[in-house]
Amino acid sequence: MPTVIFTSNLRRHVNCPTTQAEGETVAEALEKVFEKEPLLRGYVLDEQGALRKHMVIFLNGDALKDRIRLSDPVTRQDSEIFVMQALSGG
Amino acid sequence: MAAPGLRIATRKGLFFTSRDSGWKLASPNFLGDNCSAVLRHPVSNAVYVALDHGHFGVKLHRSRDDGESYEEIPAPAYPPTDENAEPWVDMMGRTIPDSLQLIWSLEAGHADQVERLWAGTIPGGLFCSDDGGDSWQLVESLWNDPLRRKWFGGGMDFPGIHSILVHPDKPEEITIAVSCGGIWQSTDDGASWFSIGEGMKAPYTPPEWASDPGIQDVHRLARCRSMPDRMWLQHHAGIYRSDDAGRSWKIIEDVKPSSFGFAAVAHPQQPDTAWFVPEIKDEHRIPADGRVVVNRTDDGGNSFKSFYQGLPGPNAYDLVFRHALDVDQSGEILAMGSTTGSLWVSEDGGKSWQTVSNHLPPIYALRFDHS
Repeated sequence: MPTVIFTSNLRRHVNCPTTQAEGETVAEALEKVFEKEPLLRGYVLDEQGALRKHMVIFLNGDALKDRIRLSDPVTRQDSEIFVMQALSGG
Repeated sequence: MAAPGLRIATRKGLFFTSRDSGWKLASPNFLGDNCSAVLRHPVSNAVYVALDHGHFGVKLHRSRDDGESYEEIPAPAYPPTDENAEPWVDMMGRTIPDSLQLIWSLEAGHADQVERLWAGTIPGGLFCSDDGGDSWQLVESLWNDPLRRKWFGGGMDFPGIHSILVHPDKPEEITIAVSCGGIWQSTDDGASWFSIGEGMKAPYTPPEWASDPGIQDVHRLARCRSMPDRMWLQHHAGIYRSDDAGRSWKIIEDVKPSSFGFAAVAHPQQPDTAWFVPEIKDEHRIPADGRVVVNRTDDGGNSFKSFYQGLPGPNAYDLVFRHALDVDQSGEILAMGSTTGSLWVSEDGGKSWQTVSNHLPPIYALRFDHS
């Protein structure tokens, strides 16, 4: 099952341990995490569901291509989804 | 009556002090976090703090124990984008996002409305809560008004609502001010809105727009609580006074050292008294001659006294933002905070000031507990 890892800086604000989440896309996998921790959604996505401007997600080392719908496919069971701060906007 | 507490929202946390403590600063809350607005609800006594985490977005926290502990509550959220609607592009050609960028103002409803809150935001949405902040509704009547699409950003990239005034005697009358979008009023508790403010002039826009009330860059709107028809505004192009609750305005000329600034505060009982903080307009935004000064009129704007005692200069370059000057309900105690992290208080109506700190983070907003 894919692994979802959040920047440690986020832990100061909201509960977000490394977790496993199933999903055919990054959006679906994250949705599984947000179901368990609803407050976390607003720290990663804006209210339109897009990735926040100064956040970045890496899927198996590659930056997310679809920042609006997060539709990048998660094809491998051992995928790693890293949710991090972009080096901007700080 | 107990002396009021003072809450200070800064770039790096929320601070608290009070006259009872000799203006000693208490341990801060949200240390390291960017606080854009603070409100202690005068009826419920709940404290609300708006945060802008940058990377992680805008958040709202509430304390039901006077600031001892806080819980995160939902922040106002814009409704889903209508993909068939035309994107909102302002007159500068910028596309305005339909997502929360900043909570710029927080106000309580009328004294009879125990859990009513208003939130003014960037990019221009007004939100209302009737359950103490557990849920928020975008005021769609205003957001969907076609004239609202003329609004544009001033100091910020996108337009925003910075002033929200609930009429003290008429709970259904709400007046807001927008940078840049003029003054809007509802007389039916927010069900419908209209642009008001004849008399304002915007010389920095194309001539055919200059007198349009709906595009004016109002920096701050204030009103006298005991005579609510008397309003004051600090405009990008000067100081104005209204005697009819904002429907019409007269400019006040020849204010020294400057009529530019951001803050405007009205005396709660004396309609002819108001305070302003002059700065050199508008490409500089620093105090004239490097001296921090507070201007007060006691005669309805016919004349101003400039008060320097206890304030720094020369070589002081503190800028006072629009929410960083406040007066308590007696009209005698004032507080002022600056971008340089200076915090001053006055106990004599602004004539003289004492320094609380010169080393706070940049101060965005401060306010007394008006309980």
